[in-house]
Amino acid sequence: MKDISLRAGGAAGDGIASVGEVFCRLFSRNGFYVFGHNGYQSVIRGGHVWFQARAGHDRVWSQGDGCDILYALDRATVEVHARALREGGVIVYDPEKFQVPSELVPAGTKAFPVPTLEFARKFSPQAILQNAAGMGACAALAGVPLATLDQVLTDQFRKKKDILEQNLGASKLGYEHAQREMGAIGRALPMKGGASKLLLSGNQAIALGAASAGLKFLAQYPMTPATSIMHWLADHAVDFDILVKQAEDELAAINMAIGASYAGVRAMTATSGGGFSLMVEALGLAGMTETPLVVVEAQRSGPSTGLPTKTEQGDLNMMLGASQGEFPRVILAPGSASAAFRATRRSFELAEEFQTPVLLATDLFLSEDLHSVDREELPLDYDPPSLFQVPEPTDGSNGYKRYLLTPSGVSPRAIPGQKGLNFVAGSDEHDESGHLISDVNAGIPMFIELRKKMMEKRMRKLQGIVQATAPPKLEGPAKAEVTLVGWGSTALAVRDAMRLLEERGIAVNYLNVEQPYPLHTEPIARMLKEAKRPVLVEQNFSGQLGRLIRAETGIDLPVKLLKYDGEPLYPWEIVGKVLEVSGRVAS
Amino acid sequence: MSLASAPPKTAGPALKVVYKSQTKPTWCPGCGDYGVVASVERAVASLQIPPHEVMVVSGIGCSSNLPHFLSSYGFHGLHGRAMPVAEGARLANHGMHVIVTGGDGDGWGIGLGHALHAMRRNLDLTYVVMDNEIYGLTTGQASPTSTLGQKTKSTPLGVIEEPVNPIALALAAGATYVARGFSGDPKHLSDLIAGGLKHRGFALVDVFSPCVTYNHLNTFDFFRQRVYKLENAGHDTGDLVKAFARAQEFGPKIPTGLFYRVDRPTYEDLEPALKAGPLLHQRAGIRGKDKVLDEFI
Ligand SMILES: Cc1ncc(C[n+]2csc(CCOP(=O)(O)OP(=O)(O)O)c2C)c(N)n1
Ligand code: SF4
Ligand SMILES: [Mg+2]
Repeated sequence: MKDISLRAGGAAGDGIASVGEVFCRLFSRNGFYVFGHNGYQSVIRGGHVWFQARAGHDRVWSQGDGCDILYALDRATVEVHARALREGGVIVYDPEKFQVPSELVPAGTKAFPVPTLEFARKFSPQAILQNAAGMGACAALAGVPLATLDQVLTDQFRKKKDILEQNLGASKLGYEHAQREMGAIGRALPMKGGASKLLLSGNQAIALGAASAGLKFLAQYPMTPATSIMHWLADHAVDFDILVKQAEDELAAINMAIGASYAGVRAMTATSGGGFSLMVEALGLAGMTETPLVVVEAQRSGPSTGLPTKTEQGDLNMMLGASQGEFPRVILAPGSASAAFRATRRSFELAEEFQTPVLLATDLFLSEDLHSVDREELPLDYDPPSLFQVPEPTDGSNGYKRYLLTPSGVSPRAIPGQKGLNFVAGSDEHDESGHLISDVNAGIPMFIELRKKMMEKRMRKLQGIVQATAPPKLEGPAKAEVTLVGWGSTALAVRDAMRLLEERGIAVNYLNVEQPYPLHTEPIARMLKEAKRPVLVEQNFSGQLGRLIRAETGIDLPVKLLKYDGEPLYPWEIVGKVLEVSGRVAS
Repeated sequence: MSLASAPPKTAGPALKVVYKSQTKPTWCPGCGDYGVVASVERAVASLQIPPHEVMVVSGIGCSSNLPHFLSSYGFHGLHGRAMPVAEGARLANHGMHVIVTGGDGDGWGIGLGHALHAMRRNLDLTYVVMDNEIYGLTTGQASPTSTLGQKTKSTPLGVIEEPVNPIALALAAGATYVARGFSGDPKHLSDLIAGGLKHRGFALVDVFSPCVTYNHLNTFDFFRQRVYKLENAGHDTGDLVKAFARAQEFGPKIPTGLFYRVDRPTYEDLEPALKAGPLLHQRAGIRGKDKVLDEFI
């Protein structure tokens, strides 16, 4: 498949992420699909950070393998990343800052000196302009018109008009220098044209999905990689009439969300595994009080504080088992930014319809990296359904049973403030009216029976959830040599790998489990039985989805590709595994 | 749909309201908490607030069963987590009167952090703590307010930690109405609770509510012999420094009544999202706001 990748690297504080965003927009503004991957560390200044922008005429799902233009702000970047250059690739560097010894330049690639500091000084003594010059050079090498770069920079410096002219000047010098001395590289793609793609992070898609689903209350405590959900919603709180509350900790965040939901508004909290560990008890509270709740669990490398800026899918076991006792829960794990938008809205619908907590599982890779979508993939024309299910009794009498035993397990929900429907929602076991059966009634025969009924009532919702939700789909050809099986963000690299394999004439499909719980057992079992060579692909050590599938279907998936080094999956890793299991290369 | 959104009704024709629940309290005979539930009932009744406009949120403990013994809306949550549930509920519908109830273990032990943060936010909540200086429901362990030297099941040789001082903590944390009542004086207590409900901002009413089963030190008699009323002692409730000084008294004389009251903007006043009224009544969703997508170009 035809794609081009620009990579920028340097120290934290060098502005690499904003260079990367500009790289992305150079292409998305020209109708390309883009993927932006931010490789960073848990420090604010120093350390090594890099950003890769990959673009293609067709959808690019991941950062891909390798790069074509490497913009190196320091020598370390050359040492770490030069080996990723593909045939015909170029290293852009400033010889005033450091030299690139020839042994670091891979065969078939070139080091291309650009006097970025010199260009920058023509406009201002500030070193920061060097990136403008560097970006100009990279844009020329990538075959992007200077006008696009001008436009992107103009938007970026919207609020800093005083330095815009200098930036445009420096970038033009860089651009013209590269055009004159080197010209566009061989892998440069013709400009595509057409409508600009939208470029957003998975977290922005989630935040947008939540707002469009009717979110009114977000309580959150900062934790990478969930934090940007709060940032984005806080920025839009006034426009969207949403209350964003930074809580004192995650215990407070989830309990606040439960309180708000109990009081009748759509509420959400978001965190990573560490914060979710603190939320566990309250998750059961939502289950027991039958309070709708959406919790975003953005996973990162564990255990414990782990690698805070690196990705992993290590929390499925925890999400499945979090909190004492048993209660119905839903776990959704979208496999793209637009799927994340849809899944967030669906989370609110399911939480509300079944009055129980829904976990939206994502991870650092999906949440923080930048994805291209078409505008139509983010439809905002949605009216959240009314929350009021119970009419107020005209006589004010209180015969209302909040926890009425019903065939579906779902009982009509009153909103506090409604007259004559007063009830107590309790974390203790209770009867249909909400009265305790945990104290003086516990163990009395009639209440033993009732406890059993209340348990069964709540757990019945799981059947309804399975029926109300779509079973997973097999992506790719119906008949395939290898069937990959995974969940969540794994879909991204898998889709790129499937295309690479298709180009080699190898048919592969993907069982994309976007709802790990409750699992659609029968269709999954059927698909797995029909699969010629199933391969489990997960970003954790033990194959947690595989274990769940075995528990639910009895089908073992012994062939696995498991990744837990903190880095995202690369398409070539999946391609390599497929070549190996299909007997094309020795294992 | 008559969902509460009105400010506290303090005047108007007397409503015939019933706050008593059909559920009879399950506390031990003689437990201090009976006086507290009666005082809460009396306070809301005196302010003519209809039961469906009241939400009572509690944690876990003997005392935290209180919402079940009232006929208002209630939420009986987790040990130590009543406060954030109440904060979320109040922010979702600030037309409701939200009362938080619980024990000393619940509020001054496991939930202390939440309590202090709610106070500094000055949310318009009324927090009634049934302080029996013991863990009742778990059968008599030391609580954060147990007395130095007190023998309990978990401290058979006596408590060796200084007790927390809820009144001083609340003053330091920025609560804007800080009071102490005694379950043995329900008339006085209900006035303090009503005062808290009328007050715009965070109101604490810490209540000596003896556990007759597990705390044989801090009994009704113990308090009856020691408590006095600040309003009879010429205390200036607008003076924070004097309030701190009174909060240190815990010996032969123990003050009850209102220690401190101040007017300060509430969280609800300052939160922009609430300008358009309770969140519950606002439009949800962002239909028509497609312009937001332009920022992703
Ligand atoms: C997370 C958690 N830890 C411990 C308990 C056990 N527990 C129940 S009530 C309680 C203490 C109650 O003391 P207090 O809040 O003072 O209430 P009281 O019973 O004295 O009114 C404890 C420790 C629990 N329910 N949840
Ligand atoms: S154990 Fe103590 S606090 Fe609990 S009900 Fe009995 S007297 Fe009251
Ligand atoms: Mg106690």
